[in-house]
Amino acid sequence: MDEIQKRILEEVADLHTVPEGAYNIRANGKMAARNTTANIDIISKEDGSGIDIRIRPGTKKESVHIPVVLSESGLKETVYNDFYIGEDSDVVIVAGCGISNCGSQDSEHDGVHRFYVGKNAKVRYVEKHYGEGDGRGKRILNPVTEVYMEEGSSVEMEMVQIKGVDSTQRKTVAELAAGARLVVRERLLTHGSQNAVSDYLVNLNGENASADVVSRSVAQDESYQKFDSRIVGNAPCSGHTECDAIIMGNARILAVPQLEANDIDAALIHEAAIGKIAGEQIIKLMTLGLTEEEAEAQIINGFLK
Amino acid sequence: MLRLENISFEVPAEEGQKEIIRDMSLSVEDHKFVVITGPNGGGKSTLAKLIAGIEKPTSGKIYFQDEDITDKSITDRANMGISFAFQQPVRFKGIQVLDLLRLAAKKRLSVADACNYLSEVGLCARDYINREVNASLSGGELKRIEIATVLARGTKLSVFDEPEAGIDLWSFQNLIRVFERMRETADGTIIIISHQERILNIADEIVVIADGRITKQGSREEILPGLLGTASAVDSCSKFYQETEVQ
Repeated sequence: MDEIQKRILEEVADLHTVPEGAYNIRANGKMAARNTTANIDIISKEDGSGIDIRIRPGTKKESVHIPVVLSESGLKETVYNDFYIGEDSDVVIVAGCGISNCGSQDSEHDGVHRFYVGKNAKVRYVEKHYGEGDGRGKRILNPVTEVYMEEGSSVEMEMVQIKGVDSTQRKTVAELAAGARLVVRERLLTHGSQNAVSDYLVNLNGENASADVVSRSVAQDESYQKFDSRIVGNAPCSGHTECDAIIMGNARILAVPQLEANDIDAALIHEAAIGKIAGEQIIKLMTLGLTEEEAEAQIINGFLK
Repeated sequence: MLRLENISFEVPAEEGQKEIIRDMSLSVEDHKFVVITGPNGGGKSTLAKLIAGIEKPTSGKIYFQDEDITDKSITDRANMGISFAFQQPVRFKGIQVLDLLRLAAKKRLSVADACNYLSEVGLCARDYINREVNASLSGGELKRIEIATVLARGTKLSVFDEPEAGIDLWSFQNLIRVFERMRETADGTIIIISHQERILNIADEIVVIADGRITKQGSREEILPGLLGTASAVDSCSKFYQETEVQ
């Protein structure tokens, strides 16, 4: 890998060196490095469309890193990654995609991640998006995430996209069996003329299934964001979705939290708030000696932390 | 150290302009503990905001350490050594107490140092250092954190705008001790806007403002006896009764 690719890797996966545990690093459409462990196997799909990650039942405290780096202009790819997470395991999965596009052609990575989470398994999933490069070519990321959760399993997803990506259509679908718990924390910052759409559909199918889908976002300049989160309660369950957004400049934000209850014991809540930075917040930080610009940056930093 | 010369402040009203501060002149010396009191609506909070630079006077001059700061921004004044504690502290989603103290101290304050400031205002540091400065904190907690940020700055001049406003009586009883301690240990000049008798009791100097003007000014010994029993110097119980009556 070259220096640009290494730097992007650092941004999306916090990786300074080769990670410990299992990993698969994809660079410009090809596998750049892979490691498997006794409990975690990574196999390329026969048709070459992606990889299968198989985690043995009972695997504890292990991690899988599957970062993707694109540094060639004009590269477009769709990759399917399927995770089979064995019962009673407890793992961390770090995915992430970074695009450096200095050319004039669009670069696009569409990652389709499917998670089959076994009974009582625990997964923490971190996905970071990063884009850079001053070329006219757009940086486009369209991730699709499907999560199938068996009884008593738990998945915590952290999705982060701070600047740099021109267009994103994120689609996440989750199916939860009895006692399963899904927590989603999305953090998004768009600027320039960027466009970001997040679409969540969570089906709570089993008794005591629960979901908590929360997005915090900042839209600057001329950018556009849409947050569409739908929680469907098909059983006695509990669900909460929240969108909290700061709007700046000429940005536009559309928040569409939706709830559908198909069971009398489905307890569902949604919240959405969009507003600009309060003037008194800026004044307070200025009385601590920050300039107006520094104050604004601190407020946004804190909000997205 | 702080000098106001012929300060006036007007705001647009239904008919013409309304004068909030009228041709006010005031000098505050180094290392003094000054309490500004007077009836509500008399211009006290506006005066505090004029000192911090949040409002700009319509006319007149403000000097800080003999430098004209009338046209200086909030940021410039803060960096020159003026601190301001808000009457209604501001909440921030996501910013933790430790972050705020570090911003105030303008350095990467160690957790231990940050905890010291919290302990000084009577908060159990371990419980608060990582809390977000958001709506989950009570009015009293926010007030203490606000005061801790001023302590962390350690500036030459600290202005507190009605520290008793918006908090319950029990919390305020504890907060008074913070100011009593500040009175003993602080190096800089302190200006507090307050109606509280116990705060007035520790003042070096008392300034009474009504209707945009200074009506009385002098040492505690001179001024306080005349204020006792009026709305400008309430003891905690009468404050409680007043509020109960209003309710």
